[in-house]
Amino acid sequence: MAQMTAQQPASFRLTPGRGVLYLVVLGLCVMFGFPLFWTLMSSFKTPVEMAAFPPVIIPDVFQWENYNRVLVIPRIPVTVWVMNSTIVVTLTTLGTLITASVVAYSFARFEYRGRDALFMITLATMMLPAEVTLIPQFVLFYKLGWINTLKPLWVPAWFGGGAFAIFLMRQFFLSLPRDLDEAALIDGAGYFRIFWSILLPLCKPILATLGIITLIGSWSDFIGPLIYLNSPSKFTVSVGLQFFNNSPEVGGEPLQHLLMAACMLSMIPTIALFFLGQRYFVQGIVMSGIKG
Amino acid sequence: MAVAQNQQSVPITSRLSWISRAVGARSKTQTNKALWGYAFSLPWIIGLIVFWGGPIVASLYFGFTEYGITSAPKWIGLANYNHAFNGDNLFWSSLGRTFSFAAIYVPVAIVGALLLAVMLNQHLIGTNIYRTIFFVPHLIPAVALAVVWTYLLQPTLGPVNAFLRDLGIDNPPAWFTSRDTALYSVTMINIWAAVGGNTMLIFLAGLQGVPQELYDAAAIDGGGVWAKFRHVTLPLLTPTIFFNLVLAVIGALKVFTTAWVATQGGPSYATWFFALHIYNQAFLYFKMGYGSSLAWVLAAILIVFTSFQVVTSRRWVHYEGA
Repeated sequence: MAQMTAQQPASFRLTPGRGVLYLVVLGLCVMFGFPLFWTLMSSFKTPVEMAAFPPVIIPDVFQWENYNRVLVIPRIPVTVWVMNSTIVVTLTTLGTLITASVVAYSFARFEYRGRDALFMITLATMMLPAEVTLIPQFVLFYKLGWINTLKPLWVPAWFGGGAFAIFLMRQFFLSLPRDLDEAALIDGAGYFRIFWSILLPLCKPILATLGIITLIGSWSDFIGPLIYLNSPSKFTVSVGLQFFNNSPEVGGEPLQHLLMAACMLSMIPTIALFFLGQRYFVQGIVMSGIKG
Repeated sequence: MAVAQNQQSVPITSRLSWISRAVGARSKTQTNKALWGYAFSLPWIIGLIVFWGGPIVASLYFGFTEYGITSAPKWIGLANYNHAFNGDNLFWSSLGRTFSFAAIYVPVAIVGALLLAVMLNQHLIGTNIYRTIFFVPHLIPAVALAVVWTYLLQPTLGPVNAFLRDLGIDNPPAWFTSRDTALYSVTMINIWAAVGGNTMLIFLAGLQGVPQELYDAAAIDGGGVWAKFRHVTLPLLTPTIFFNLVLAVIGALKVFTTAWVATQGGPSYATWFFALHIYNQAFLYFKMGYGSSLAWVLAAILIVFTSFQVVTSRRWVHYEGA
């Protein structure tokens, strides 16, 4: 307390140096915030305002119906893309949370031959670039007849959810006291019961962290959908947006203002999620950095 | 310790079934528990084999074949690697371009993120708001980011050039649309998206872990702002810098989406990065064999760079208590 009271007045005193610092921070806020602000404003423009010279920043009249129109453009099925993305993101996140926590429970609480070797291999997969496995995985899904379906995007998540997810969960399980398991075991609970009813409820904060990180990653993923999906009715929001960007004029009508609305739609879920779960998200990032 | 225990329990072990010995257990309860352990890790064991182990072996093999996915792979020895090094005129140029990108991206993103973190650590009013604004670009899906910046940097109608003209610059750059500036433009938007992101948050956490006593001690010794930063903050932050540096180098050498969406590798190959080259060979021309060999070249480069950083880190990374 003494330290805090000693520090606070000094921090809030406005010296010339701190004045300059505030100016710099404000300038940076404009630099980082302007593109998003501009996109938001453009999503409310008319096609004429979008192509005006010199550029219009804030539209005269906010065209709210742009957000209705963007959902019903012929041959640009934005609604379908949002639904496809929702399916992929939901299944990927569920698969990662469920299987990564089961596997991490095994790594943290059981002793068996080969466990430590398996864990080292798990960590080693984090070092290898995904590019190396991408081509054979494509061949695999091609042979399975899964090209142009959403399956290649979410099925792998149900097999452990990847090294980072398992590592994050394992570290958390190791921090939970073993007395909990032993007490439950004496009471006659089985290993799955201990996992499901005793340990998993205590994992809520780390599950929130992992869930948010997985969700944002899956929603933004571009290379996966780009490789596996080839008809617009199967696209996720990311590849759909790229498709839209390359064909901005359907039937001769300029649609750049609607493209901006589509961009906003693609950003809203990740940004909203960050605001809702900022605490969990930041914690996860920081935890990933601490081991370095 | 483990060995000694093993020897003591020899009589018990001899009475155990082969299953117990196979899983490394010394009693029925332990055997049961070990089997549950395997059962719980089974999804990942299958995943490792199907999505990692198998593909790694297959990819190594494909690298030595001519493989167009519809026909069986045909063994051609080192021909793919030979073509890459000696025949493919986009190989060296795309590699060089990727290194040029990394040479600007890595130092600017690391130093920039560190400066932002130091600034956010000064107890300014509204720090949480600034932190969020700096972080938001990192949350924008890469495709949306590239689309938005193509419009912002549009040479005639874009707001950035309009602003530059207002400042009195008559011939503002053509950004993505010119051979001379496209590479720098892609580098710039990648830095913009990354500098306030995870890298900055990790630095911020590192800064908050620096004990106040050390700053107080430095102040007593008469150290100014720069001396405190140079002799207290920087040494204690070296593990964090190292971690961020490794990740930034890996990220830079794999740059793909922004260039793919904003410029499709153009104009006239100005942003044709190595990852784009792999993508085009494998998924546009369906040269799965050649694409695999290029992927291994990238993997080898990443492994060399990462190991180099790990080895040299011993000279400059300061670990507490080490």
